[in-house]
Amino acid sequence: MADTRGTAGEQPAPPDRRRSALRRTVPVAAPLLVGLAVLAAWEAAVWYFQTPPYLLPAPSAIGEKIQQNAGRLASAWLVTFGTMAVALAAAVLLGVALAVVFVTSRVVELSLFPYAVVLQVTPLIAIAPLLVIWLDNPWWVRLVCAWIVAFYPILSGTVVGLRSADAGLRDLFRLYGAGPWQRVRLLLAPSALPYFLAGLRVSVNLALVGAVVAEFVTGTGTDSTGLASLVFEGQETMDVGLTFAALGVISATGVLIYFATHLTSGWLLAGWHDSSDV
Amino acid sequence: MNRPAPPLPPPPNATAGRPRAEPLAALRGVTKAYPGGVVAVRDASLAVAPREFVSLLGPSGCGKSTVLRLIAGLAEPTSGAVDRAYRHTADDQPLGCVFQEPTLLPWARVWENVYLPLRLRGVGRRQARASVDAALGRVGLADFAAAYPRQLSGGMKMRVSVARATVTRPALLMLDEPFAALDEITRFRLNDDLLSLWAEQAWAALFVTHSVFESVFLSTRVLVMSARPGRIIEEIAVPLPFPRTGATRTTPEYAELCSRVSAALERAMAPAGGDDG
Repeated sequence: MADTRGTAGEQPAPPDRRRSALRRTVPVAAPLLVGLAVLAAWEAAVWYFQTPPYLLPAPSAIGEKIQQNAGRLASAWLVTFGTMAVALAAAVLLGVALAVVFVTSRVVELSLFPYAVVLQVTPLIAIAPLLVIWLDNPWWVRLVCAWIVAFYPILSGTVVGLRSADAGLRDLFRLYGAGPWQRVRLLLAPSALPYFLAGLRVSVNLALVGAVVAEFVTGTGTDSTGLASLVFEGQETMDVGLTFAALGVISATGVLIYFATHLTSGWLLAGWHDSSDV
Repeated sequence: MNRPAPPLPPPPNATAGRPRAEPLAALRGVTKAYPGGVVAVRDASLAVAPREFVSLLGPSGCGKSTVLRLIAGLAEPTSGAVDRAYRHTADDQPLGCVFQEPTLLPWARVWENVYLPLRLRGVGRRQARASVDAALGRVGLADFAAAYPRQLSGGMKMRVSVARATVTRPALLMLDEPFAALDEITRFRLNDDLLSLWAEQAWAALFVTHSVFESVFLSTRVLVMSARPGRIIEEIAVPLPFPRTGATRTTPEYAELCSRVSAALERAMAPAGGDDG
């Protein structure tokens, strides 16, 4: 097969430099500008209407609060973030493991999937008090709460992903006598990866929400010092600035982990998956 | 993969016509019915001898792909027997398959895709390098080893698929309408290239197609299948000399054979008393 360059017409063109620079800055710059504009408008409105700080503090005042309470916020953040991270890790491990079991055995899937759905549709606020009764340790309650909400997207995403392997490729692996482990590692896992990652993107933020909600339920007990307890404390002491400071840290964490997951998934799918172009 | 190259086979012309005594693969009176009652193939018999290029020609939906799947062992016959004379050993892959779609791993680069059959056989990367590079070179894609499939055109993807199917130096290469989705210019070129690969590598080919011209151009023998239930109704030898080139397509012998095969296909598509009820 000698001269084939003719059919090779579709070599990727070198990307336009200015355009790619634009493509890289816009995703960061655009939301930043929106955020700054909103904060500026907020600041101006508070100043113009002379809103008392116990109703709505200005962003600058919240910033000051964050500075003043930096130490407490940091340790509270560690507690909340720790709950989220452990819950997420458990959700990934158990979600993927159960997905593999479901895909290998149709009977197990049919028998268990409805209960996974039950877990998903029952409001966390409704289960959490039960968990408080059942589990002595509030740390476990928070962990289980965050895990419950983070688990389902990973499970369902991975199940669909493992099933999505191309039929032609399955034939090819059979034809070449691939072993079960080769099939999982070289065919099923890569096929499932985009679906798993889509589930993970949903799960990270749900895990954070779950961790915070669980802190509200377990209350501002002496040793539970997550971000939610600072929100509570601000509310009880009429220190609305502190409430906003804690909320601000929660939001920032959410945005941060969202982008971290987004970047990781973009990196894992770079080059081969259609979504990596967007 | 370390086994020495097979002794040079007789020139392809000698094998045109009937298969010789010992076929590589054969179907003997095979019927394949799918659950739900569809009979894809009924009482089909065929044999492919070493070095032959056999085309299986028929209207779409006549069970051509099922015949390939039966020979490949991807489907079990409902009745009848499938014979395979080649050796299935750990370090030898006697079958190659090119599907209708390129069927490449989208997450793996071109080189890794061609390496896959060797990898599944447990051949290490370093050991496989020469074979994979050679297979890519033969299809003219040496420069695209690091590309992802989605960066390639349809014709190039098909070339990767051919490289992957031939990297194990198979005894029998099965091709299931591999170029049907490509434009005519690309298809002609790939057909030419396929024939030079065949001459060079000395595998036998079982080529499924619904194009009369393609089947005559490529084959030493054309089997014509009728539609639903699929059965082989006619066999036409193609004694055109090799190497076949663009000039072959303009000879009167080629035209004559094409019209004979066309006529057979015409008969294959005529309703065969009551079977379609």
